[in-house]
Amino acid sequence: MLDLKGYGPALMDGAIVTIELAFLSLALSVALGLIGASAKLSQSRVAKGIATTYTTLIRGVPDLVMMLLFYYGGQVAVNMLSDYIWETYEIDFFFQFDPFISGVVTIGLIFGAYMTETFRGAFLAVETGQIEAARAYGFTRFHTFRRIMLPQMLRHALPGLGNNWQVLLKTTALVSIIGLTDMVRVAEEAAKAERMPFHFFIPVAFVYLALTAGSELFIKWLDKRANVGVVQGG
Amino acid sequence: MPDFIAEWLNQNEIFTAMTLMEYWDGMVTTVHLVFLSLVIGLLVAVPLAILRTVRNPFVSGPVWLYTYLFRGTPLLIQLYIIYYGLAQIEGIQETFWWEIFREPFYPALLAFTLNTAAYTTEIIRGAIVSTPHGEIEAAQAYGMNWFMRMRRIVLPSAARRGVQAYSNEVIFMLHASAIASVVTIVDLTGAARNIYSRFYAPFDAFIFVALCYMALTFILVFAFRKLENHLLKHQRPVNG
Repeated sequence: MLDLKGYGPALMDGAIVTIELAFLSLALSVALGLIGASAKLSQSRVAKGIATTYTTLIRGVPDLVMMLLFYYGGQVAVNMLSDYIWETYEIDFFFQFDPFISGVVTIGLIFGAYMTETFRGAFLAVETGQIEAARAYGFTRFHTFRRIMLPQMLRHALPGLGNNWQVLLKTTALVSIIGLTDMVRVAEEAAKAERMPFHFFIPVAFVYLALTAGSELFIKWLDKRANVGVVQGG
Repeated sequence: MPDFIAEWLNQNEIFTAMTLMEYWDGMVTTVHLVFLSLVIGLLVAVPLAILRTVRNPFVSGPVWLYTYLFRGTPLLIQLYIIYYGLAQIEGIQETFWWEIFREPFYPALLAFTLNTAAYTTEIIRGAIVSTPHGEIEAAQAYGMNWFMRMRRIVLPSAARRGVQAYSNEVIFMLHASAIASVVTIVDLTGAARNIYSRFYAPFDAFIFVALCYMALTFILVFAFRKLENHLLKHQRPVNG
């Protein structure tokens, strides 16, 4: 049996941190993706410009650099803000910028950009006739979005969403670098202390493998369900 | 040069010739590492992709397992396993391998190469299996043997179908290489981290390095667009 030298519970906690981080970032990135895709498809040139700048910037910069910028920069920004508030209003305002929040914000922002592209393509795949029909029924724009666009585009978005989720899951390992005690961090500390790198990293690698394999199955199942009413050619 | 830029350059304490040289050295390391791992990875991936399409499961199975393992786990873990793990192998410190793997550059190169080779194998495999069957039949009708068919028909047309996905992989690799800085390599990100900790100036250090990566990314995107245009010349509309 695998002997984790007493690091078992810590690794377990780390795994939970990883999963929490992944789900929160996913929620943030889906929200950003929906906003970004709507902005890209809107008539407003300003909104389009902002969304395009956002996706271009994000895709040009490595995840780790972004994370370091938010983590170290975020703290400096909070410090400056709290100095300013103290000097002008004499209110003591301070909080520690912790690695979990910076992790969620960075990963959410990065994958928000990828989700924007996924959702944009999916929205475009919804037939215009559907939207026209909704208009003809007197649906408001919000209603059209919620009742017609969203349910139909999800089917087209699922494969891309699944891919992004798989990559996101693996990206969460980076938060160990900015000091969050996730699974990878615990394994690193244990491996150094016990001088047994294979012993700790390989089980962690298998946890990631199980998570990606499990999500693959789940996405396949979702995809099957989403396409239940679609007659596939071939 | 506008005066305010000259003034700013004279006043700032961070972007001196010294630190700019550090960034430059970091960029050279990053490009070196990424270029080598991509080239070796591609050379490894082509034969692996061909093996992966073989019907016999004893041949394609191990390749599938390799790509599955390397694509299903984070690159950071692979890097840690190789970087910390190599030193722990019994007796390695007495062999000449230790001379090579003592430097953090080579474990990182090995990890990156294995990772990119796994992704590239799957890209090429996808391109190979989608070769139109008629092309292969035509090659057979001309009496080409397997090797010639691969070299003249299947691989060139697979390259056309795979180049777009491969360009994404190249950019992904450039960005992923930032983690080399955690095993003490002073690449671009490593230089930025050093400069950050020296001046406690996160915005200057990291925004500058982000711009460097962005420049590299756009050069790559441009180069691949040129390559795609070249490879897909026959598909261009006549009046395009």
